Amino acid sequence: MSVKVRELTKIYGTQRAVDNVSFEVQKGRILGFLGPNGAGKSTTMKMITGFVRPTAGRVFVAGIDVSEKPLLAKQKIGYLPEHNPLYLDMYVKEYLSFVAHIHRIKDVNRRVAEKIEQTGLTREQHKKIGMLSKGYRQRVGLAQALLHDPEVLILDEPTAGLDPNQLVDIRRLITEVGRQKTVILSTHIMQEVQAMCDRVIIINRGRLVADEPIEQLTAKAQGEAIIRVEFKTQVPVQKLEKLDGVKAVEAEAGHHYRIRTDGRDIREDLFRMAVQNHWVILSLAREQFSVEEVFHQLTQNANG
Amino acid sequence: MISLFFKEVNSFFSSIIGYVVIAVFFLIIGLLMWVFPDFSILNYKYATLEQLFDVAPMVFLFLIPAVTMRAIAEERHQGTIEFLYTKPVTSWQIVLAKFLADWFLVAVALLPTLLFYYSVYQLGLPKGNLDSGAIAGSYLGLLCLAGAFTAIGLFASSLTTNQIVAFLLAALLAFIFYWGFDFMSRLPVFVGRVDDIVQMLGIDYHYRQISRGVIDSRNILYFASVIIAFLAATRLNLDKLRG
Repeated sequence: MSVKVRELTKIYGTQRAVDNVSFEVQKGRILGFLGPNGAGKSTTMKMITGFVRPTAGRVFVAGIDVSEKPLLAKQKIGYLPEHNPLYLDMYVKEYLSFVAHIHRIKDVNRRVAEKIEQTGLTREQHKKIGMLSKGYRQRVGLAQALLHDPEVLILDEPTAGLDPNQLVDIRRLITEVGRQKTVILSTHIMQEVQAMCDRVIIINRGRLVADEPIEQLTAKAQGEAIIRVEFKTQVPVQKLEKLDGVKAVEAEAGHHYRIRTDGRDIREDLFRMAVQNHWVILSLAREQFSVEEVFHQLTQNANG
Repeated sequence: MISLFFKEVNSFFSSIIGYVVIAVFFLIIGLLMWVFPDFSILNYKYATLEQLFDVAPMVFLFLIPAVTMRAIAEERHQGTIEFLYTKPVTSWQIVLAKFLADWFLVAVALLPTLLFYYSVYQLGLPKGNLDSGAIAGSYLGLLCLAGAFTAIGLFASSLTTNQIVAFLLAALLAFIFYWGFDFMSRLPVFVGRVDDIVQMLGIDYHYRQISRGVIDSRNILYFASVIIAFLAATRLNLDKLRG
């Protein structure tokens, strides 16, 4: 296991920011870290990198206990913090050389040149970081995280605030380096998880609510469907529930009903039932159930 | 740690900060020593550098907080402190590198004043008639005092993300440590009882001792303890950020 998180808990005052979270990631995998804002994603990542001290629990990176041997563990981790803090008055090359020296890299110039090329910063390398656009700053942040060739990459919202082109570039870069490393990245863009990650962890209010391969999560999504129907008058919910394949029915405002099924399309049956009972259907639609919906559900349920 | 130190020093000299600090210090001391008639050596007619050593602590009182104010406050404001803390360096190394770099800049600012030493040396009658031993002691005292102020300034900078607050706090703390104890020792509560001890808590007392050219290990120990205490407090403050 490249990253092993054991019963990690962080308490701020009386609030449990992270509550008993455990998971593992293998080498060569990209793990997506999902969750609403303030769910505890960043705090968990900060604890993995050794910046925030956990209240309880342990983190192992490449077999090293982060709180026991922090310096050794930090050599194995490349970290891109949220908001990507950089020294804006330093030059790109100067900054990367500085980072290389901190990591005691032997052939500084060669390594820096290599990473500059890998992250596509060749044309920007003599500029001040403060002069760069957000996309290029993100590349500098990535170059900094990759510089010492770490086994584990922790990326906290690496694509936040990028334009669509930059997004594609950064994603490609991450998937590329992810082949030989362990990557944990947080995001709240679902498509990103579907596009890049092998596995997904969903965290809500500090708790782990899902931990599964991306295929299973999408399968879960396909295992359900939502039918929205609007009648002219009130209809009994119990009758709707008797239809084959219906899991739950929710009555919404204005004679709207939200019917959750086990994946079957029950629109035809619904129509026949309505005809039999002389209910007038005003609208009938099937909703596409996506990872987004799974996420919504998991994080909503836990809220209630 | 060496790379951290050079990064700090570079940030002074690749920006205008380093040069302004050196120029401002040189200008103020220069004006007071040679131009303003109330203090000028040329009017005083004694071949000493007393003016330099009397005035320098006062200049340091605002100059050093200006040097140190951004050291940590800026890192906290920009979030780069998280970057540093997730690199393979210890918090002591971070604090020490910043301290040494800031102290180094102040020491560099002192260098041009050796020119004044040379001038007064040449102007003496007979030539070279000045107490070089005492002057060497005074320089050492000034360096110690600068070290204490730098440690105080770093501590103030670690308390806030706002550089102006850091500056004012540093100036206040440095003032208290420089003169505050001295003034306090004259309070009726202390006089005749512990006024000497209260006075010895202040920087001024030890600075004057060293300046006399008698280097006593107790005075050096005092400065070392002040510096270490404030650096330890700075480190503690930074560690608190990690929750």
